[in-house]
Amino acid sequence: MLQKKEAETARRDALDISGLSLAVSRSGTDVPLLAGVSVRVARGETVGLVGESGSGKSLTSRSALGMLPRGARTTGGVTVSGVDVLGADRRTLRELRRTRVSMIFQDPRASINPVRRVGDYLTEGLRARGVSSREAAERAPDLLDQVGIRDPRGALRRFPHEFSGGMLQRVMIAGALSTEPELLLADEPTTALDVTTQAEVVGLLKTMQEAHGTGMLFVTHDLDLAAAICDRIYVMYAGRIVEEATGASLFRSPAHPYTRALLEASPSVHGEKAVVKAIRGRPLALAEAPSGCSFRDRCPLAEESCAEGVPPYRAHGASTVACLRPEEVAP
Amino acid sequence: MNQPQPVLAVSSLVKRFGSFTAVDDVSFELMPGTSLGIVGESGSGKTTTARILAGLERPTSGTVTLEGRAVGGRSRRDRLWQAGRLQMIFQDPYGSFDPRRTIAQSIAEPLRLHAPGPAERHRARVAELLDQVGLSTRAGEALPRDLSGGQRQRAAIARALGIAPRVLVLDEAVAALDVSIQAQILTLLDELRRETGISYVFVSHDLAVVRYITDTAVVMRHGRIVERGGTEQILRSPQHPYTRLLLDSIPSPDWDLERVARDRRALDAR
Repeated sequence: MLQKKEAETARRDALDISGLSLAVSRSGTDVPLLAGVSVRVARGETVGLVGESGSGKSLTSRSALGMLPRGARTTGGVTVSGVDVLGADRRTLRELRRTRVSMIFQDPRASINPVRRVGDYLTEGLRARGVSSREAAERAPDLLDQVGIRDPRGALRRFPHEFSGGMLQRVMIAGALSTEPELLLADEPTTALDVTTQAEVVGLLKTMQEAHGTGMLFVTHDLDLAAAICDRIYVMYAGRIVEEATGASLFRSPAHPYTRALLEASPSVHGEKAVVKAIRGRPLALAEAPSGCSFRDRCPLAEESCAEGVPPYRAHGASTVACLRPEEVAP
Repeated sequence: MNQPQPVLAVSSLVKRFGSFTAVDDVSFELMPGTSLGIVGESGSGKTTTARILAGLERPTSGTVTLEGRAVGGRSRRDRLWQAGRLQMIFQDPYGSFDPRRTIAQSIAEPLRLHAPGPAERHRARVAELLDQVGLSTRAGEALPRDLSGGQRQRAAIARALGIAPRVLVLDEAVAALDVSIQAQILTLLDELRRETGISYVFVSHDLAVVRYITDTAVVMRHGRIVERGGTEQILRSPQHPYTRLLLDSIPSPDWDLERVARDRRALDAR
């Protein structure tokens, strides 16, 4: 019996979002925010969710914690380690958040209590999980030591403002992983950090994640960063997933015109100095997007048929892509 | 034949805040029509340097020379003369627009100050500037809060260009923008430089952006310039370990995170 249960645990995904659509009511009218979003993160896997502002990437990752905008109506499913998040009551959600899913945000200063010591922050998380206060106090220095903070005992007595952004983000990572979650949601965790610090924090995240077998959903606007660390990447545009591919192949042969345009719009330090190609228009939210393919009014390949309906997903090369003519993007 | 003179020259600039030295002996020259990058991370002194250039901070010692004339005069005439030749663009232009005035009114203000004349002529010039940075007349009639980040940055550039400065100092001017919008602003800056012969001091932490938009660059760390040269040259064969660390820190498919961590520790220990 126990063996069977373990086998099930090993098989099930850390996160399974399937066909998630989400809308809110604003002054009487329906505003759609997400449409048919499917994202899967296996245990131990690093999955990237890439997009520009308004694409719905943060909303998607927050849905895994049941953090939805007020008055949101949803269809589709969100399952975290076998728990149905959308249907869960408050107690189940609380239990889920404190034991199985952790989240780290872009700005560590906004998500840690500035008037409490770092030690309190760390032991609080452990205590909520049912660890005794004595044991929590014993484990806290180890947690800080694991994330490379020198003098962990001294650090526990200090306040958040005494840490640099990079060091504080390490504290957040220590806290997030202290409960050994099955799923870590990282929403732009390194965007506010310097490049050299980013490299270290990402290295730390990867090491910790591998050691614990945690599944990680890495939300970022930075395609290069996603490609460098993710096993698989989803590209979002206007509330929809437009392409899914493995990290390396997305870079070599993007199959969606938007992915390709993003790559061509990003200046690079590698290779020959290339011309940066701007994408006309601005990124749209789902509610402002045109009918049919949301990208069609910015797309160089758009034709009349693109307006007829949302392009169905199809396999092209190593990608799954929502485009009618991926062969023209990546021959 | 006359040697071309630098439009902007900075010599032995030092800025101390109390006992902390933010800028430590910084010197560089900017030739007309060229673009210079100042690269560094937080605490490198790059923004303080930019603020000194724009007259927002006074250096503890050292000189800034604009078109051969030392700047730093505090009189109204001196400041007007400096502002007419050097303008600054910030990361978030939202803070530098009056929230109650339309974009067109804000763009017209420096025109009235620097080139007094009939309102009719200013209106025509504003329309020309809006067009030059790719903003519609409708965007000109909007309030700052009604525009997107990219549009506001275009408006800030239009306002700075109005008085035809010789130098534009851009402090992380594209850092907060989405990739597709960032590319639009970079292309715009490129075109403007070709058309008007303006010079840029481009302050950024982003080496890829600096590579695209500058000809020469200085790399700053802890207030000092640790490396200088042609931008392409610096990126291809970085000489200072810090420059190498910056380059290695940029995500790529063959990213060696352990090496980055090791090199950083070695550098900090020096």
